[in-house]
Amino acid sequence: MRGDALVVAFAGDWKLAADVPRVAALSLEGSTGQPTSIVVDTDNLGAWDSALLVYIINLRDRCAALNIDLNLDALPPSAVRLLTLADAVPEKASDCEHCDDPNVRERVGQFCLAIFRDVTEMLAFVGECTAAMLRLCCGKARMRRQDFLNSIQDCGPHALPIVTLISFLVGLIIAFLGAVVLKRMAAEFYVSYIVGYGILREMGALMVGIIMAGRTGAAFAAEIGSMKVSEELDALRTLGISPIEFVVLPRLTALVLMMPLLTLYADLIGVGGGWFIAVATLDISHHQFFSGMIDVVGMADLVMGLVKSVVFGVVVAFSGCLRGMHCENRSDAVGAAATRAVVTSITLITITNALIDGIATLYGI
Amino acid sequence: MVSEPFIPANDGVLITVEDLTMAYGARVIMQNVSFTINYGEIMIIMGGSGCGKSTLLRHMIGLKMPYRGRILFGVADISRVDDAQRRRLLASFGVLYQGGALWSSMTLEENVALPLGEFTDLDARAIRDLVSLKLALVGLDGYQSYYPSEISGGMRKRAALARAIALDPEILFFDEPSAGLDPVSSRRLDDLILEIRDTMNTTIVVVTHELASIFAISDNAVYLDAVTKTMLACGDPRDMAKDPPDPRIYEFLTRGET
Repeated sequence: MRGDALVVAFAGDWKLAADVPRVAALSLEGSTGQPTSIVVDTDNLGAWDSALLVYIINLRDRCAALNIDLNLDALPPSAVRLLTLADAVPEKASDCEHCDDPNVRERVGQFCLAIFRDVTEMLAFVGECTAAMLRLCCGKARMRRQDFLNSIQDCGPHALPIVTLISFLVGLIIAFLGAVVLKRMAAEFYVSYIVGYGILREMGALMVGIIMAGRTGAAFAAEIGSMKVSEELDALRTLGISPIEFVVLPRLTALVLMMPLLTLYADLIGVGGGWFIAVATLDISHHQFFSGMIDVVGMADLVMGLVKSVVFGVVVAFSGCLRGMHCENRSDAVGAAATRAVVTSITLITITNALIDGIATLYGI
Repeated sequence: MVSEPFIPANDGVLITVEDLTMAYGARVIMQNVSFTINYGEIMIIMGGSGCGKSTLLRHMIGLKMPYRGRILFGVADISRVDDAQRRRLLASFGVLYQGGALWSSMTLEENVALPLGEFTDLDARAIRDLVSLKLALVGLDGYQSYYPSEISGGMRKRAALARAIALDPEILFFDEPSAGLDPVSSRRLDDLILEIRDTMNTTIVVVTHELASIFAISDNAVYLDAVTKTMLACGDPRDMAKDPPDPRIYEFLTRGET
């Protein structure tokens, strides 16, 4: 204490790397109770950086709260200048609207509004895409042939390696699991039924849908999102060109056209994987495998898989383009748009797959 | 070419912004903005960062709808015209976006050719010749086959300008044309803007806060203020600097130096 004033003396180095004390640890209670003022003493202060400034600002806030005078005359002049600069900010961030912490009711309300907005945006996008499709069918849509061909190449040939790998492994796994179970019942012969039925009707289209959601749907969202951030979509609008026709249509049509072809290819490779396991690990000949499969798997199963692939193509292209078009104007939002595109695609693929299976079962297809 | 003038100037006034209020959702960012732009004039929209300059430009080119008020081109309200009129109106605009906004999947030639293909009946050869001319005007002839990612930021901006003037527009809008450019490139762009106005008699609207550009090219300017959310002044910025109507404008035009 110096008279009624409490002296806070700084000694040694006050740097971020050093373990400096906190203001909360400072006891303001002297032998005569709370002081009326605090004086800063820096006679023994060594090197300092922002750690000293943060301490002083916190000390000042605490003194203001307790109505104690704070004398900073002894501070190094450069520290005083930095504090003056920090105080000169005209608008404190605490004034910002994002700093409000909403209560539970507000959060629930905002969540419901966000869902409502999301659904409205989806429906509007479906409407715009349908109108653009109709204009395309009438030959009135403005879509560049080169963009369409690029999308075909990206959605088709470029996807073959990953589709080959995954389809072969899925066929392999289905046959292997089937073999393990059927062997116990001495019914290994039926493995071709499981492979044929499972791949053609269900897994071929499903796996291609999921692969394309992760590969192409995310790419659509990122491409279109980047175009939005760099104002390329605005540049189209100011030319009177609809971004839906120019950007979305080539991708949508290319993916919808490529999906059945990729699914056919995946069916072939998946059945090949199942055949490999059946012939290599079970006592089944090539003829037994394929004749058994043809006996039980009909054209309806193949067509069902292809119908699903078209639906999944629409879903993946739609989700990717939708998330890209609604990407916010920040570069980090592009990544978020790609993530949302994959989540939306996979969710919608699962729902539509269940719906199609349900309807098919109902009508005995 | 498209260019028989579409917008009839009304007593020399080409663009009228009338009691415009701009908002994002319910959040008003600028209100009661009113000014006019004469035919062949270079109008600067200036103000501090975040005051709503670019938003005003987006309203003027029809990308955003006014919360209140209207924007007239001649006598046509851009937010109320039908599709055919809107298309003709858009054909009379050229827009240079802040980052250029060139379509990244297309070459420079395809970028400049797209508006020509959209709004004219020219054959491919005529379009190619016009693209060469426009790129030559901005010093980029020979770069036809380059993609935007293969050229520098300054070149991208010039290529975007070539696209903006592809249709010999009646009105050119520039959003922060000097952003990201070095001082010499920035001055050259200013010269190019003046050259375009003087040779093609184009009306030009420029959003900027670059003082050198403001004094070099402007005929008139409006000052938007983020604090009061209003337009504080409209007039020649040189007169505003000599006899500032508001201390904030003086501070802006002198960079706060006393």
